Amino acid sequence: MGFPPNGELALDRIEGLSKLTGRERYVDDLAVDGCLWGMTVRSPSPRGRIREIRFDQDIDWSKFIVVDHRDLPGPNEVKHIETDQPVLAGNYVRHVHEPVVLLAHSSRHELRRAVQAVTINVSEEPAALDFRVPPTPSQIQFGGDNVFKHLTIVKGNVEQALADAPVVVEGTYQTGAQEHIYLEPQGMLAYQEDGVIVVKGSLQCPYYVHAAMMHALARPADRVRVIQAATGGGFGGKEDYPSVLALHSALLALKAGRPVKIVYDRDEDMAATTKRHPSWVRIRTGVAADGRLLAQDIQVLLDGGAYVTLSPVVLSRAIIHAGGPYHCEHVRIEGKAVFTNSVPFGAFRGFGAPQTLFATERHMDRIARAIGRDPVEVRRINLIRDGQTTATGQVIDDGVDRDALLSQALTLSDYRAKQAKHTAFNAGHPYLRRGVGVATFLHGAGFTGAGEVNLDSVVHVAAMPDGGIEVRTASTEMGQGTTTVFTQIVADRLGMSADRIQVPLPDTARDPNSGPTVASRTTMVVGRLLERACDDIRRQLGLPDDARGDTIHSAVRKWFATPRDGPLIGTARYQPPPGIAWDEVGYRGDAYGTFAWASYVAEVEVDLRTWTTRVLDFVAVQEVGKVLNETLARGQIQGGVVQGIGWGLMEECRWRDGAMENAQLTNYIIPTCDDTPPVRVAFVEVPYPHGAQGAKGIGELPMDGPAPAILNAVAAATGSDPCTIPLIPERLMELLLA
Amino acid sequence: MIVPALDSAMTIEFRLNGEPISIDIHPAERLLDTLRYALRLTGTKEGCAEGECGACTVYLDGLPANACLVPTVQVRGREVRTIESLDGATLQPFLTGGATQCGACTPGVVMTATWIRHHPEILARHSIRALMAGNLCRCTGYDGIVDSIEAALQEDVIE
Repeated sequence: MGFPPNGELALDRIEGLSKLTGRERYVDDLAVDGCLWGMTVRSPSPRGRIREIRFDQDIDWSKFIVVDHRDLPGPNEVKHIETDQPVLAGNYVRHVHEPVVLLAHSSRHELRRAVQAVTINVSEEPAALDFRVPPTPSQIQFGGDNVFKHLTIVKGNVEQALADAPVVVEGTYQTGAQEHIYLEPQGMLAYQEDGVIVVKGSLQCPYYVHAAMMHALARPADRVRVIQAATGGGFGGKEDYPSVLALHSALLALKAGRPVKIVYDRDEDMAATTKRHPSWVRIRTGVAADGRLLAQDIQVLLDGGAYVTLSPVVLSRAIIHAGGPYHCEHVRIEGKAVFTNSVPFGAFRGFGAPQTLFATERHMDRIARAIGRDPVEVRRINLIRDGQTTATGQVIDDGVDRDALLSQALTLSDYRAKQAKHTAFNAGHPYLRRGVGVATFLHGAGFTGAGEVNLDSVVHVAAMPDGGIEVRTASTEMGQGTTTVFTQIVADRLGMSADRIQVPLPDTARDPNSGPTVASRTTMVVGRLLERACDDIRRQLGLPDDARGDTIHSAVRKWFATPRDGPLIGTARYQPPPGIAWDEVGYRGDAYGTFAWASYVAEVEVDLRTWTTRVLDFVAVQEVGKVLNETLARGQIQGGVVQGIGWGLMEECRWRDGAMENAQLTNYIIPTCDDTPPVRVAFVEVPYPHGAQGAKGIGELPMDGPAPAILNAVAAATGSDPCTIPLIPERLMELLLA
Repeated sequence: MIVPALDSAMTIEFRLNGEPISIDIHPAERLLDTLRYALRLTGTKEGCAEGECGACTVYLDGLPANACLVPTVQVRGREVRTIESLDGATLQPFLTGGATQCGACTPGVVMTATWIRHHPEILARHSIRALMAGNLCRCTGYDGIVDSIEAALQEDVIE
């Protein structure tokens, strides 16, 4: 019998109408009686000892709440992976815009004046600002060499294989920082309620915030509560930073004895919060005459910024993906995350993989050019086949035809015909040059290695007295569709109509820790737990496995008709798929439960008068397991591709003395809808047995492919060899005029 | 940047979502803040505060405008319409077409898109993509928005 019906249901976005009509309430929209505004006074210097904090006498400071590091009840540490980042700088600053003093007042206008009336004098010390350059002794601030984390993957004997290879191709690739530009800036409200400090705001990971608050406020779990407000985009930017903001607003609220809300202006958000790690990647590849990869020697450097934040895990994902979707017997990948006196870099969609896949996929085209072969064919003969292994030695055996995926992308994009047309066009046109480029890639779904086991995620599916169902997880809706997909999964599993299912935004006072909403894990991992929690409800009701719909509904109502002690809650706890083994020390084994696979094709037009590059057409073909909601899934791919177009061609963070110079949307350029072509999306579905209804992760994958596909297309169009992104007009001009 | 002291107030009158309104404001107050904080019409969003993102799009005498760039004093005697004045029933194509994800840009997108629906003749000279270029969206990649507008225009023709 066909149970569960497996994805027959595809709902419109549950909260869609509320968003379309402006009724959705984000943190800045919440009216709170007696609420003060909070603002932050920040370091003007990248590094040094704070000599003096001067409060201008023109301001009546008795009317302000003023908080500094001495107001912390617990350790002055933001608990992420490490605890090196202070909540507020004490006597020392390590990056420009580091928070030092917090102010609160009922008037935002008065606050702005007050922030400008605080002067922080710093005795400056030598700052380390370029992660690519080894630090001088006076710049060393972390360990002996400013290296936060050093990881190595070794497979076979790369030196020998390079020595034996008929051709060795080398390349160096660089990517810049990228700002998230979630359209809703960071914001957090804090208030006290019955001895509990409550924060409510824009965030991805309620229990990350909860842990950080327990630590720095020295409070037990039940005296800290974290509630998600409607969240206007995250992309990783609201993974780690909200812990800082929650602590800031909580400290002000505790001192004021009143609610305090901090909502960043766009310029503050851009200047002071985390960004994508800049990268430098050097690749040496041993290649056979037919293009077969004989050896991959890859060095990865990431700019970690001034605090560790999530950099070790970003580095881990970066090096695991650096080999690309290819089989190679001899691989060495070495990665380092380096301390600098820059604003800390953090999570951003793709989490290190876009950086290394940019390098690897650009390099594949360089290999093809070096040996005079077609870039598509060089990829085709190296694409991993079932039974072969990745760089960590993980055996891929998932029934996905990666070769067919590539072929489909070529067909959909009319790749070969376009190549021929472009040759004629480029020969005849005085200043326009057209080209097509390909990227083939993979993205590991869920946490790396033993990460999912360590998270130990739990979900609850609660039956309500009216016969309805409430889904209780810590997984947040930030636009990607959690609410809708969870509703679908539970409705499908229980055979109930969707309007009987409620998916409230997470509240740590009610909802168990289903882990952070990151790593493309929500639908696949947490969704699968929801299925099992639904089965648990059936079990508790004494119903057979095939009981559905009205049978469950009436059993629930009957349950509540008799007086009971406890609620009726179906529970599930994470269990790893069988046969997964990961060696964290040696970096060997099954890095991910599964991978999503993709082939993207970009067509570009370069204008040799203005050096601008326009993407004319984009085709994105991917295998992501079962697609649970086609509209939402397509939206994830299209949105990720356009973020990738921005990263590859436009989005340049300009730095001066460790500060972002262009922290405003006027001169940090993200794509508009007039800069982007329609993104043509196709899915190949090979259900993954351990994901909800057969789903794999999808959210990060589309960030990986656009930049290399586009630069490969520029290379084809111009005959040049661009290796640095963003490929803004100035950079392309320098390259083509060199 | 020098932030001036804020102590004076003045009264102005204008029409808001079809109704006359009288309100005390500061001479330098932004329309966006008057709407959001004084009048609690929070459907209009702040995305950038410098007229780049379009999240605060309202209609000023029937034309789309960025409320973050309009001093409230300038709307004296004029007509302002916000997202709250739109009929949700007309937005079904945007729901099914995937025009909204996180929702932060959405009210502004809907205001510009609805303006295009009310002035379809402009499409003879400008593309939907060109007309929507003043509304930044970081989630959808814009196809969901553009496809929804096309679908809505089809529906409008049939009706």
